[in-house]
Amino acid sequence: MSGTRPDPSKLYHREVPATWWLKKKSYFFFMLRELSSVFIAIFLLVYLYQIYQLTQGPEAYVAFSRRLSSPGWILFNLIALLFALYHSITWFQSSAIVLPLRVGERELPRNLFVALNVVALVVISLIILVLFLTLKG
Amino acid sequence: MTGEKTTEPLWWGLFSAGGVVAAFLVPIQIIIFGFALPLGWISDSGMLYRNWLVKIYLFVLIALPLYHWAHRFYFALNDMKLGLPRKPLAALCYGGAVVVTVVTLWVLSSL
Repeated sequence: MSGTRPDPSKLYHREVPATWWLKKKSYFFFMLRELSSVFIAIFLLVYLYQIYQLTQGPEAYVAFSRRLSSPGWILFNLIALLFALYHSITWFQSSAIVLPLRVGERELPRNLFVALNVVALVVISLIILVLFLTLKG
Repeated sequence: MTGEKTTEPLWWGLFSAGGVVAAFLVPIQIIIFGFALPLGWISDSGMLYRNWLVKIYLFVLIALPLYHWAHRFYFALNDMKLGLPRKPLAALCYGGAVVVTVVTLWVLSSL
């Protein structure tokens, strides 16, 4: 805003320990939410690798899919699913604040907004499942 | 500073779009490809990946949440006060998302 910036070395700097987010429950859940994106990204990279297997032929694709049945991968996917659902819920909650829906003059209650998004999530999931079951060979 | 200011809305837009895609599409995707297929509840020969609409869907599904990851991971690591250098970290996160976007395009177009 102003033309001159203060000298950074003269600014007051409070030391923040790297473990600040373990000090309070809400901070911890904030970090958990940020971490959800890591698990979602890893799942998508593995899925991309599975699709890549198709360039080696359908057998490689099926074989890779079967390799994901090991307990370690099932555990990973279980954790990834829980994180993904946590992301969905927290995303709907923040959308309710950032993009409130108005009906006439009144704002839709936040809980109702989140509930409607959960319904949409279920409907979209069922559509994808049905489309996958009909299109797959 | 001005350079960062001009590209910020783009990254934020991608973060936001990725958040929506992840929220609505990723859970069922994990159920199908993380459980149903590996455990043999259903089978798939991979024929559907030849469909162009499926490819467009997969591109959106895979690429956008990576920008969501880049944004969250970058800011979370900054907030953690680990003392990591900002610019290389940003290049690694957002650059990584761009690289995977290109790889996704390449994989999907070579099927």
